[in-house]
Amino acid sequence: MRTPDLIRFARDAATGNPLRTSLLVLAMAIGVAAVVVLTALGDGARLYVISQFSSLGTNLVIVLPGRSQTGGFNPGNAITSTPRDLTIDDAQALLRASAVHLVAPLAVGTSEISYGGKLREVMVAGTNAQFIEIRRLKLAQGRFLPDGDWRRGASEAVIGAKIRDELFGAESALGQLIRVGDRRFRVVGVMASTGQGLGMNTDELVIVPVALAQAMFNSNTLFRILIEANGREAIEAAKAQASEIIRQRHEGEEDVTIITQDAVLATFDKLLGTLTLAVAGIAAISLAVAGILVMNVMLVSVTQRTSEIGLLKALGATGATIRSAFLTEAAMLSLAGALLGYLLGQGGAALIRQLYPVFPAYPPDWAVFAGLGTALLTGILFGVLPARQAARLDPVQSLAKR
Amino acid sequence: MPALIELSGIERIFYLGDSEVHALRHLELSIAAGEYVAVMGPSGSGKSTLLNLLGLLDHPNTGIYRLEGRDVTTLSPEEQARVRSERIGFVFQSFHLVPRLTAAENIALPMTLAGIEPAQRSKRVVQALKDYGLADRASHRPDQLSGGQRQRVAIARATIMQPAMILADEPTGNLDRATGEEVMRLLEELNQRGVTLIVVTHDITLGARARRQLLMEDGELRHDSKVKI
Ligand SMILES: Nc1ncnc2c1ncn2[C@@H]1O[C@H](COP(=O)(O)OP(=O)(O)O)[C@@H](O)[C@H]1O
Ligand SMILES: [Mg+2]
Repeated sequence: MRTPDLIRFARDAATGNPLRTSLLVLAMAIGVAAVVVLTALGDGARLYVISQFSSLGTNLVIVLPGRSQTGGFNPGNAITSTPRDLTIDDAQALLRASAVHLVAPLAVGTSEISYGGKLREVMVAGTNAQFIEIRRLKLAQGRFLPDGDWRRGASEAVIGAKIRDELFGAESALGQLIRVGDRRFRVVGVMASTGQGLGMNTDELVIVPVALAQAMFNSNTLFRILIEANGREAIEAAKAQASEIIRQRHEGEEDVTIITQDAVLATFDKLLGTLTLAVAGIAAISLAVAGILVMNVMLVSVTQRTSEIGLLKALGATGATIRSAFLTEAAMLSLAGALLGYLLGQGGAALIRQLYPVFPAYPPDWAVFAGLGTALLTGILFGVLPARQAARLDPVQSLAKR
Repeated sequence: MPALIELSGIERIFYLGDSEVHALRHLELSIAAGEYVAVMGPSGSGKSTLLNLLGLLDHPNTGIYRLEGRDVTTLSPEEQARVRSERIGFVFQSFHLVPRLTAAENIALPMTLAGIEPAQRSKRVVQALKDYGLADRASHRPDQLSGGQRQRVAIARATIMQPAMILADEPTGNLDRATGEEVMRLLEELNQRGVTLIVVTHDITLGARARRQLLMEDGELRHDSKVKI
């Protein structure tokens, strides 16, 4: 049989039984649509997280006290019982590194803030003038902490948007004196509201000079040192240089962990990529179900068309011709279902994007190809058995069937 | 010139559980090209089994079937399909048209299966539709045709590959007398043009029109008007 004839024959056979055909196409379509939509969700989540991370600041390198657990066992660590603390001097020393553009020390703790008889608990962040730039934060009013000696600092504070609302209400906050712990600060700036998101939330934060924060918490350690490298390609160099400087300052001990935003991102990227893959796998199960449905429906079709198969044999059709006629039909139904499912899936993903504009719910290319491919493959694979069954039918008995 | 059909020592036995049904017993038969043969006999006597065997739809348990001098019982299924396609045309009692295909498509089906060019196909189909008085029915589906028209489509289909023989199993069984006569006349016209015609019938008047009658009974060939048994 010529290929166009085969295709036409299969098409006529498929359209000759609309209920069966639409059932099959629908089952296949649901499977493919599930793959497309679910991977769009998974990959959308991945892209969303990446974009949120990028908003934290670019070319960011973070120094944490203590050796990372994930760094593997280092015999040198076993000797040092307690890691050395990070200090303001450590932070300042990092400015020497050629790949480092900006450095911000960060000390954090909780305290109480009061103004005009109102009192509440707050998170206090002690840092310097560079912090706002490294973290890509924005001011709503006033100015940020002034540049100056990190070991001193005026009693000035920048407060978060929510703190401002709660303490000052309609009043102007700028220039007012507030009490944080047992110290008095003048409010010089208000951070812009950041709202919810993966980025740093400054809404309930009070930012003061790092030296004053340390004095307030009666400690000279830092929680983090934030570094901005000179550029994307300088990140690794900045990391290496920072590590070397700290090591020298800590008498040769590698007792800090340095993470880069890239590494964190890569981890999330991998994690969420795996999630997408898993979700795609789950969705693929519905394709397998559709495949089994294809098989059953085609088997029923063989039974219903037994006398036709007998006739085809009497008219000179070989087993191979009958096999390919049924396989072509199964493949065509699967293809139609896969295409419909692709359109439905893309439509679903577009709808999600419409409803949640921040969420980039685009199905990844690989998932679309894998979904369509799996649909075709299962359709054909599960079509083989019915096709072979049809080809093996005895012509005399088939012709006797009504 | 060898006979078109030569059967020797044919046995066909069906096993139904413990019992055996001898549908054909030690059959010896020779049919020359161009003959017009009526196979008659009571129901269950083996007429259809004989015809299926001649059409390579069924296989004897023992014996040899020579078609145009060639032993066809040992051919592979693919080769047998090819013989059916090129040398044999079937006409059935219940027409066996494909319901979703038009009259023209049904007639073209053997050519489609054989992979003949569409241009060649439509030329032959147009001619066949004209020959069988179906020109205005080309795009009708079987359920839009009368019984006689359906059987004419079936005959057109059986002849479209220009086979050496037509095997017809009770072709008038589902038709009224007049329509049956007309269908027989069409078949006989084919025979006059040289096609070997083998018709199974239990209608004695119709059977009498053939130049040769075979009488089957209980799987055996009881009487052959050409050969004295
Ligand atoms: N597939 C089969 N299985 C079992 N018995 C069969 C089968 N086909 C035919 N027979 C038996 O073989 C005998 C001959 O059948 P058949 O050739 O159809 O008779 P006829 O066409 O003369 O009426 C009958 O007894 C029938 O029951
Ligand atoms: Mg019969």
